[in-house]
Amino acid sequence: MSAIGLNRQTVDRLPMHRRRKVVNVIALALSLAAMAFGLFWLLWILLETVHLGLGGIALSTFVNSTPAPNADGGGLANAIVGSAVMVLLATGIGTPIGILAGIYLAEYGRTTLLGNVTRFINDILLSAPSIVIGLFVYAIIVARAKTFSGFAGVVALALIVVPVVVRTTENMLQLIPNSLREAAFALGAPKWIVIRSVTLRAAVAGVVTGVLLALARIAGETAPLLFTALSNQFFSLDLSSPMANLPVTIFKFAMSPFSNWQQLAWAGVFITTLGVLALNILARVLFRKKD
Amino acid sequence: METKPRAPSKLQVRNLNFYYGKFQALKNINLDIAEKRVTAFIGPSGCGKSTLLRVLNRMFELYPEQRAEGEVQIDGENILKSKEDVALVRAKIGMIFQKPTPFPMSIYDNIAFGVKLFERLSRAQMDERVEWALRKAALWNEVKDKLQQSGTSLSGGQQQRLCIGRGIAVRPEVILFDEPCSALDPISTSKIEELIEELKADFTVAIVTHNMQQAARVSDYTAYMYLGEMIEFGETDQIFIKPARKETEDYITGRFG
Repeated sequence: MSAIGLNRQTVDRLPMHRRRKVVNVIALALSLAAMAFGLFWLLWILLETVHLGLGGIALSTFVNSTPAPNADGGGLANAIVGSAVMVLLATGIGTPIGILAGIYLAEYGRTTLLGNVTRFINDILLSAPSIVIGLFVYAIIVARAKTFSGFAGVVALALIVVPVVVRTTENMLQLIPNSLREAAFALGAPKWIVIRSVTLRAAVAGVVTGVLLALARIAGETAPLLFTALSNQFFSLDLSSPMANLPVTIFKFAMSPFSNWQQLAWAGVFITTLGVLALNILARVLFRKKD
Repeated sequence: METKPRAPSKLQVRNLNFYYGKFQALKNINLDIAEKRVTAFIGPSGCGKSTLLRVLNRMFELYPEQRAEGEVQIDGENILKSKEDVALVRAKIGMIFQKPTPFPMSIYDNIAFGVKLFERLSRAQMDERVEWALRKAALWNEVKDKLQQSGTSLSGGQQQRLCIGRGIAVRPEVILFDEPCSALDPISTSKIEELIEELKADFTVAIVTHNMQQAARVSDYTAYMYLGEMIEFGETDQIFIKPARKETEDYITGRFG
């Protein structure tokens, strides 16, 4: 209820209104420009990748192993398989650890000292440069075993997966309202059933998204593999010996003077980009389904 | 102040004090909740009525800074002290919340969830139990053809009845309603009120509500609370027509609160 005296005169709202409109147009223009700038480079990268990479894609790329220097033919089969094996194993090892730790942080250790310390360390691990992780695994595994190995590569990649999954799992569980937990407790459910059947279930889309994003991230990591799995010019599934992988192969081939290798490097870039893009889209689709 | 209803009492609250950290939210509450009757708790926001309800099934224990002193007896057993597992207490004393909280699973599984915790039923027995609970919750006719659909796909009023069915399915002895209609439209509200009327044939019901007409309509006994104290408790008719205390009258007639 406003004072009636104030209502006698009409308020001139137009000056403020016009100013606001102008500011709005400027802000919108700046936002659009920023978006265009980002999109420009992204599209350029994608176009260049398709342009240069598509030429090197043939059936032989997926069937043959990497060729000798300055030789014709060959493919990336050993690198593709090696990458797939290490990325999947690393995700397989890192995901359960990450999810369990995330559950602890969100459901048990929200305010405990152990929870806060774990959260802090996890944040450090999350932002640690991957080359540091590569060197760490080099020191504790490669240097002692006196050989580069696929296993060391898996460990390095898993160390990158864990903090990402911990963080997303914790965040997704925290988004679940307490009322849902209380409703389950009110039926007499013990805590582990509440977590397993209600909270984790309600957060599953977000947790899976986190795992997929972690997977996409390690698919392109080069630095940790350079010190651990190194590379292998032959097809090998032996985790105790050096293992071929896409990122290191791309690095090696792209820096080489041989045009066949360079062509294969671009093909590798194309395959990696496509794989990561597919995972990101999959993550998006899963997340949207929940909304 | 009369604290003993005429019907046999199911829950006895004795000298109950409750604290959120250092803040005392309930002050020396004494009360009997009558068996197979509806007892309503009214009072302004923050008076402690929801807090009292959350003591009755030990829901407050989920939060370490909350603490209750005194006794809440059911069947001669002090549930606040007893060695009885909190899960068993909650299975016996169910609770329906302010906002509908369907679990992220099918309608069928929502109902079966609580049953599976304490009973091993065959598929046919479970089907029977689910139908029974949904019929009791006046939801069966609306969902019988879509039991495998997600519980979250229902409307707000249906979700709340699903939650009531879920609470009934475990066959508790007492059901606590914490403002069960405050997020619902008038039609859903009247359905839930009818339901509460029917439930008292089998269950002891306690309901917290901000809506005084609702308290007058559904309850047999009413307790008026203010600032953590039980101001007046008695038969609903008497509280609403001829309250003994001036504070109660002021609140009921809208002069205060």
